[in-house]
Amino acid sequence: MLSLLMLLLPLVGMLLIRMVSDKKSAARVALLLSFLPLAATIWHATMFDPNGGMQFVFDKWWVESMGISFKVGMDGLSLLMVLLTNVLVPIIIFSTFDRDIVDFKNFYSLIFLMQFALVGVFTSLDGFLFYIFWELALLPIWFICLLWGGADRIRITLKFFIYTLSGSLFMLVALIYLYLQTPLPHTFSLDSFYELALTPSQQGWIFWGFFLAFAIKIPIFPLHTWQPDTYTNAPTQGTMLLSGIMLKMGLYGIIRWMVPVIPDGIAEWSWLAMGLSVVGIVYASAMAIAQKDFKRLIAYSSIAHVGLIAAGIFSMNMMGMQGAVFQMLSHGVNAVGLFFIADILIDRYGNREMKDMGGIAHVSSPFAITFTIILLGSVALPLTNGFVGEFMLLNGVFQYSGWLALFAGLTVIFGAVYMLRAYQRIMLGESGSATTDFKPLTSNEKILLYIIVALVIVNGVYPKPLLDIAGPSLSAILAKAGVVSM
Amino acid sequence: MTNLIWLIPILPLLGFLINGIGNKNVPRSVSGWIASLSVLGSFIISIGAFGTLMADPNVVIQADYFEWLSAGSFTLDFGFLVDRLSIVMLLFITGVGFLIHVYSIGYMHEEEDYARYFAYLNLFVFFMLLLVLGSSYVLMFVGWEGVGLCSYLLIGFWFKNNAYNDAAKKAFIMNRIGDLGFLLGMFLIFQTFGSLEYDTVFAGARQMTFDQPVLTAITLLLFVGAIGKSAQIPLYTWLPDAMAGPTPVSALIHAATMVTAGIYMVVRSNVLYVMAPFSSEVVAYVGLLTALMAGLIGLKQNDIKKVLAYSTVSQLGFMFVALGVGAYTTALFHVVTHAFFKALLFLCAGSVIHAMGGEQDVRKMGGLKKALPVTHLTFLIGTLAIAGAPPFAGFFSKDEILAGAWTHSYLIFGILAISAILTAVYMFRLYYLTFHGEFRGSKHQQEHLHESPISMTIPLMVLAGLSTVGGFLGMPEIFHMPHFLNNFLEPVTGWADLYAHGHASHTFEYTLIGSSLVLLIVIIYFVYNKYVKDAHVPKADHLVTGFQNVLANKFYVDEFYNTFITKPLNVLSSFSYNWIEKGFIDRIVNSFGYLTNGASGVLRLVQSGHIGLYIIAMVIAVILMFVFKMII
Repeated sequence: MLSLLMLLLPLVGMLLIRMVSDKKSAARVALLLSFLPLAATIWHATMFDPNGGMQFVFDKWWVESMGISFKVGMDGLSLLMVLLTNVLVPIIIFSTFDRDIVDFKNFYSLIFLMQFALVGVFTSLDGFLFYIFWELALLPIWFICLLWGGADRIRITLKFFIYTLSGSLFMLVALIYLYLQTPLPHTFSLDSFYELALTPSQQGWIFWGFFLAFAIKIPIFPLHTWQPDTYTNAPTQGTMLLSGIMLKMGLYGIIRWMVPVIPDGIAEWSWLAMGLSVVGIVYASAMAIAQKDFKRLIAYSSIAHVGLIAAGIFSMNMMGMQGAVFQMLSHGVNAVGLFFIADILIDRYGNREMKDMGGIAHVSSPFAITFTIILLGSVALPLTNGFVGEFMLLNGVFQYSGWLALFAGLTVIFGAVYMLRAYQRIMLGESGSATTDFKPLTSNEKILLYIIVALVIVNGVYPKPLLDIAGPSLSAILAKAGVVSM
Repeated sequence: MTNLIWLIPILPLLGFLINGIGNKNVPRSVSGWIASLSVLGSFIISIGAFGTLMADPNVVIQADYFEWLSAGSFTLDFGFLVDRLSIVMLLFITGVGFLIHVYSIGYMHEEEDYARYFAYLNLFVFFMLLLVLGSSYVLMFVGWEGVGLCSYLLIGFWFKNNAYNDAAKKAFIMNRIGDLGFLLGMFLIFQTFGSLEYDTVFAGARQMTFDQPVLTAITLLLFVGAIGKSAQIPLYTWLPDAMAGPTPVSALIHAATMVTAGIYMVVRSNVLYVMAPFSSEVVAYVGLLTALMAGLIGLKQNDIKKVLAYSTVSQLGFMFVALGVGAYTTALFHVVTHAFFKALLFLCAGSVIHAMGGEQDVRKMGGLKKALPVTHLTFLIGTLAIAGAPPFAGFFSKDEILAGAWTHSYLIFGILAISAILTAVYMFRLYYLTFHGEFRGSKHQQEHLHESPISMTIPLMVLAGLSTVGGFLGMPEIFHMPHFLNNFLEPVTGWADLYAHGHASHTFEYTLIGSSLVLLIVIIYFVYNKYVKDAHVPKADHLVTGFQNVLANKFYVDEFYNTFITKPLNVLSSFSYNWIEKGFIDRIVNSFGYLTNGASGVLRLVQSGHIGLYIIAMVIAVILMFVFKMII
């Protein structure tokens, strides 16, 4: 019952925000409303028992005749993903405070709807329900990108929509196939999927159904080309939702719906999945090096980061899995931070070209300091959140294959190359004429950056609470896949 | 003492936070002292810990603070280990570091961004302390990357200048190349021993048989990290560029922190390296080649800081040779003496540059000994120490390295001896060009020549004192004095020493000391003749030709990297972006869209609205169905 409440709270926000007509107060009200799900999540976290398996389960028949139930609940993995969502949504709403959002009611409503769908994805324990939330999440973000996006938004959002939607259809096929394998009366429940005795070749086929859907969403090379355009053209808050939370749907999906259900399928195809992920790391890093537009650069760096996360998952060991979950959280925080920095730059300069910038460090030290720290998180410097995840991910990949880890590890070098280059172009050197009138950070902007910085450092120095929440759930998932975690 | 060691890194961290967060709100008179005193505090606690360790060879101070990483049954504590190796490092990091801080108060007094400078300096010391205090490879790596970050911040301290920013970026990226090796080494250690804590790893390694491939791989990978951090071939080019930062920073990077990390790592892992003879050989030869090459380059540099920078690269090469031949305590000995005299030399160079109003080219100096008596005298001591003149600090440590090389391989010994000669040549060249002869700078500079303030000269004097007597930490056997450092470090390297090679004979030691002394005098004589008596001044850059030009241009290694790595990477990135990303992958994706669009365009024609056409189609379809049915 509890988790149902938490799931529904964003919808409350979505309805209530429509009653506010004043733009200024709307942002504040939206922020307050977004605290409700956050508070509920924290409340859940305090009651959560890491070793208690799936908790706060709500299970009612939805369409009984078809074996579809409305079943939600949380283990450590879900809890962390929900936490990520409900921490980031307030931050994302906060990022609109000093910006002029046209048609703000719809904007905030769509963010809340998005939050509802995301929490649904992360808590669904029924295949059909999962699919519904999965597709539902696409609608609000599509509208956000379409209505508040940049110049070329119609073409780009159409591609984004069709691309990810068609990927999802493969997953639907896989889900229905699994459903048909369950003993009569058929059911979509995840628990019943665990019980299936699938042959390796069946699993190999199902692998592709899920993998295509997830790989497009994440995205994994070479299915990534919708992403840079979409990230760049979407309004900042849309990009934050996409990169901070939505792409984790795919990664989460792999851990929840593939690893324990079709371990043999993964065993058969992991070489390919890992190969693509690792190639994607190097490839996307190279793409990032070539970028002149800061937002696009972060978009590509994001592909590199999630490639490593995917590789860590497919290495199918505890180290990689733990690293993946932690990095999903860190990447969410850091990506939101970086895209907010991009937003500040766009707000001040009116464009995203790095060549027009430079020398900001002279004019604004708070901006320089916070940017540096978030950048360090992104390049995984020890004692930042990025390191914890990256260290375990690379270690996990190494246990799978040393050579793959070598290539995946190139992100350590390339990440520094493109991020430091970008930093130098934007922040260092002489301040040009455009920079001398750089409007100082507003106090809201500062607060937001400080929150991100605090998350970067606290999680980097003391990651234990989060790791402890995830650990037992991940062991359990790996145990279902027949991997005894060391 | 045990319950205080956490303060050792925390004090500089606090200093960093105060200066970093307070920034320009911290009064200028205070911020330098906060920074200096925090390091002094660490130094005092380190002395206390030293006392504890001194009392009993079996004592190590170990403290675990909290669980940091965990995955399944793997856990890693955030814990410190102070044994006899780390305490040696701690003492000179904090001791020399403190002097550099004090010196900076005077040196940077005109700097606008005073607090930021001291914040970075403190952070640097913090990470270095973490590096040597950590009780596992992961914590070593924390400090390892941390000092890389700080060097980035400090080299690019004057960030208006994009050349400096490039140097800073280069340092960070080159270090990161090494760090990847270190990371992979750690993963392999984890795979092999199931842990990354020193205790467990070394205990496991001792159980293994000699010369296992996995140990060779581990040690080589870790050594890649050391190559980056300690500026060895091929990753050394960042260090000479690192002098873009303020001069005291160079002293910090070259002497007390950063570059010594690689040496520390190998000494720390001596158990692993001694089990992997091939890796040790690689270490020795890389060090040897670096010592020689950097020594040669040093001959033809005219920037006072560049000469010192290449001398650091070369001296680090010496240390790696020592490590490679299994003389671990000797390497550490040279680290310590080098910390004294290299810090001294860089700070003297700073004093010179300060007096010269920012000039760094020795061709525009000369005759400075009158105007800068303290700097001159202390620089001379530093020069004698690095050149290996008895009884200065460098003499003992360098002799020990040469002796170790002799027992290992005559080839290594021979080349190393040549490198040692080169050291003496370029250092005395630098000394004479700077302090002797006629002043060659501008009138304006001459009028403003002045000795540095007392806050700068006192550190010089202290370091000069240490450079004079520092060698007594390790007296050669022939003097019948206890080798303090060897005995002190026995608990750390004792096991490896069992496998180490024999000691050089006494006759050899006498010959070595005698001949090096004679050689040194000859060198000084020749260098004096050339640069003082004949008043030779190095030619302007464009007049230098032939091999000298190759040396002056540092063997064109930077140009090589630029042409074969940096540019191709950029070109390849843009090419892939335009042709693979946009031209191929995305085109395929879009063609799915066009195909669908096109196909529906064609199919749309069928829906023309003519009922007759529909009926005909239906009839044909029904007929076809029957036909199929009959066939099947």
